[in-house]
Amino acid sequence: MEYEAVIGLETHVQLKTKSKMWCGCANEFGAPPNTNVCPVCLGLPGVLPVANEEGLRLTVLTGYLLNCSIPSFAKFDRKNYFYPDAPKNYQITQYDKPSTAHGFVDFEFAGGMSRVRITRAHLEEDVGKNFHFARNSGVDFNRAGVPLLEIVSEPDLTSSDMAYTYLNALKDILIYGGISDCDMEKGMVRCDVNVSVRPVGQKELGAKIEIKNMNSFSGVRRALDYEIPRQIAVVKAGGKLSQETRRWDDVGGITELMRSKEQAHDYRYFPEPDLMPFEPTAAWLEEVSRRVVELPLARKQRFMTAYGLPAPDAETFVNDVPLADYFEQVTATAKNPKAVANWVINNLRAKLTETGTPLAEVKIKPADLPDLVALVDGGKISSKIAQDVFAEMFATGEAPAAIVEKKGLAQVSDTGAIEKLCDEVIAANPKSAEDFRAGKGAALNFLKGQVMKLSKGKANPGLVGEILERKLQS
Amino acid sequence: MLNQLTIAELTAQLSRKEVSAREATQACLDQIGRIDSQLHAFLSLDAHDALAQADAVDRAIAGGANATAQPLLGVPIGIKDVLAVKGAPLNCSSKILGKYVSPYDATVIEKLRAAGAVVFGRLNMDEFAMGSSTENSAFGTTRNPWDLSRIPGGSSGGSAAAVAADECVATLGSDTGGSIRQPAALCGCVGLKPTYGRVSRYGLVAFASSLDQIGPFTKDVRDSATLLEVISGIDHRDSTSLPQPVPHYRNALTGDIKGLRIGLPKEYMIGGLDPEVNSAVQAAVKQLQSLGAEIVEISLPHTDYAVATYYIVATAEASANLARFDGIRYGQRVDADDPLALYSKTRGAGFGDEVKRRIILGTYVLSSGYYDAYYLRAQKVRTLIRQDFLKAFEKVDVIVTPTTPTAAFKIGEKSDDPLQMYLSDIFTISCNLAGISGISLPCGFTSNPRLPIGLQLLGQPFGEETLLRVAQAYEQSTGWHKERPPFSAAGK
Repeated sequence: MEYEAVIGLETHVQLKTKSKMWCGCANEFGAPPNTNVCPVCLGLPGVLPVANEEGLRLTVLTGYLLNCSIPSFAKFDRKNYFYPDAPKNYQITQYDKPSTAHGFVDFEFAGGMSRVRITRAHLEEDVGKNFHFARNSGVDFNRAGVPLLEIVSEPDLTSSDMAYTYLNALKDILIYGGISDCDMEKGMVRCDVNVSVRPVGQKELGAKIEIKNMNSFSGVRRALDYEIPRQIAVVKAGGKLSQETRRWDDVGGITELMRSKEQAHDYRYFPEPDLMPFEPTAAWLEEVSRRVVELPLARKQRFMTAYGLPAPDAETFVNDVPLADYFEQVTATAKNPKAVANWVINNLRAKLTETGTPLAEVKIKPADLPDLVALVDGGKISSKIAQDVFAEMFATGEAPAAIVEKKGLAQVSDTGAIEKLCDEVIAANPKSAEDFRAGKGAALNFLKGQVMKLSKGKANPGLVGEILERKLQS
Repeated sequence: MLNQLTIAELTAQLSRKEVSAREATQACLDQIGRIDSQLHAFLSLDAHDALAQADAVDRAIAGGANATAQPLLGVPIGIKDVLAVKGAPLNCSSKILGKYVSPYDATVIEKLRAAGAVVFGRLNMDEFAMGSSTENSAFGTTRNPWDLSRIPGGSSGGSAAAVAADECVATLGSDTGGSIRQPAALCGCVGLKPTYGRVSRYGLVAFASSLDQIGPFTKDVRDSATLLEVISGIDHRDSTSLPQPVPHYRNALTGDIKGLRIGLPKEYMIGGLDPEVNSAVQAAVKQLQSLGAEIVEISLPHTDYAVATYYIVATAEASANLARFDGIRYGQRVDADDPLALYSKTRGAGFGDEVKRRIILGTYVLSSGYYDAYYLRAQKVRTLIRQDFLKAFEKVDVIVTPTTPTAAFKIGEKSDDPLQMYLSDIFTISCNLAGISGISLPCGFTSNPRLPIGLQLLGQPFGEETLLRVAQAYEQSTGWHKERPPFSAAGK
């Protein structure tokens, strides 16, 4: 019997706000332990939470980016559990009335398009971090109270690769939207997995097993690569799986039982009495919706169709938004955007890196790159000369036509002048001329190079080839 | 004796420079020194700090400060041990907080300071404000100044006793189900529970967040208005505080209540009501009538469910609010090898029986499978109770009831019977569930022993002006508030 996996993901993402969710402490990674703390995020007696409006905005903005609906009424709840990293021993979260619900993410997978439905993206608070020393333990509460978005997917994923690809697509969307920096190493994204297996064709889901403790997307993939075959093996051997939570051991590369269903927490959710329900007005939502940006996939598709770019070039621009914005700005007047894209991706980017120039300080004027391309396309200069012209443009900000004019770089297509140069070269290289006549085609390239050299690169290479060949064969 | 003055009297003398703030504070400290070993209203106090504050006020007065701009200038005000005062111990009358000192001031404390008050002392209470007698304090029971063998009420028993016994000019307490009004009634002073959202809760250690309000204990209604005006207002640190403008409450004290409609809820005439309490309240109703008010019988049909509803909502919230007392970050810790054992030992040793009882009850009503039957249903009933009041307030301006079914009971009388203890709050609880305003003021005495009886007036949401106007008109026409317990008045 064939088995298939059914996978859903719960992805936690730290929101990119200046301050924490309920207090004014900095939302900042890497500060010395317990320096970004105050009575509120430490849960000292008597304190109250006050919602950070930017956290609410980013939550709703995420909803828009993930095609969710935004309910007119959302509220906060307390999730009760004891753990040393939880300052209040309850977490403020959104239980049954989240700020966003019923969305989806489209992404490219296995040569086609896939869609994962989003159950909800709800706002909650991060907890502190436990540290264990030789004789005791400590808690750093810098992270406690940082706004955290939990993005829950429907069980629409069927493989570890698909889960991995979805996570990366989700991450791209969140970075794009300015929701989160999604820096895995700084713990800004964390992911729990729900996975079950069932015989192909069966409708009912198998026992849902939750896996925790993956600290990278590849960890998620590896955990699934371990867990799915494990579950299938259990079922195939006639065993029975039951709902449980397992811990991923990244070093050992295995999952192990953390708690069974009987040991599952009863979180005793109830409405947070310290916070008012969140009922966004139309004007507020309108303001947030103005921050919606074009998503990576849509952008890629647009770059491919609008500018005729090949997929790798479009992807380059998806991954480098400022460069893409620059490209779109300069290519507005271009007849040949694909060639402009080449200049931007291959030449401009290299120059920026080489000289350490920020994109904003580039001297080349918007219309100049398309002009350069037009000079090449019109046979005015060779592509080799164009490199020199580009270097000059980058250095001085001068227009390409002016540089060509000033330096006399215009391509020579005067046959009389080229014939003269060819005659000189043939005369100076009798051995190569002989070789060509004897059938060694490569000799022509050598002679051609000599002519180009003699013309300081200005001779029209096509014409040089034609004339040389004619002269040698005559 | 300056400690016996009201806020109005003291600030008047201070502004005429007849007395100094230091003398006023010293008078309170002297009174505390003389009687508090018997009364036990205070858990602790920092006399040095209090006098330093008083000296600062004296310098400010010399520099031109006055009570018009700072209505509490030089007034010594004691603080219930549930409010955060920077640099002061904060124990909530519990062992679990150990040697905890608050690093910040509650919003109301900031407001008191800005108004020129001398903020001092930690006043005894039932542990975490859970109780009606202060017998649940981990640090001993406060006595009723009218009869030291009796309880002062609770949970703000220390705050009530301190005002009644002239240890302070006024105090702050908190009221979750009657914790201001009930002890005010039993000690014979004025206690006001503001509308939910009127006063910021920032810095009030939460018992039941959706019910808690901070309020004043004073010697008369005018002082209550003064103090309420100072502590009220929206606070950006408390999302549940409301942007309602703060009126000049003292201006509402016109003495004129002609034509006001006063409601008498028929459901409050219960069997357990002490006859002397009943007749005092009936007399008060007649008095209000003679002052020109119209008495209207009203119905609050869901009254019977109030106590049960309260003990579900309040304990549910408390079970989460008290979770933070775990010995990890602050307070008393009983160490163990793993976090779970540490929690059990710390909380087992740190909390008293009543607190544990309520945490267990609250945990239970929120548990999977019971939530709908208890918590959710209680919230629905709560809405009905609020609707009862809002409907009644379409017909009347204020509602009058006894504050408590009986006068102060004996220490130990109900401490083994939680249910009997819970029923002592039967008249005060609905006010918190409905989120409305309420005040208790003296309306007479029982005959033998002579114990104060409290009259409760309930007002509309943000109806404190009317509430205070009626209360003051009654008070000024009777003079019960001027009676002082012989115990503390002796030796003057």
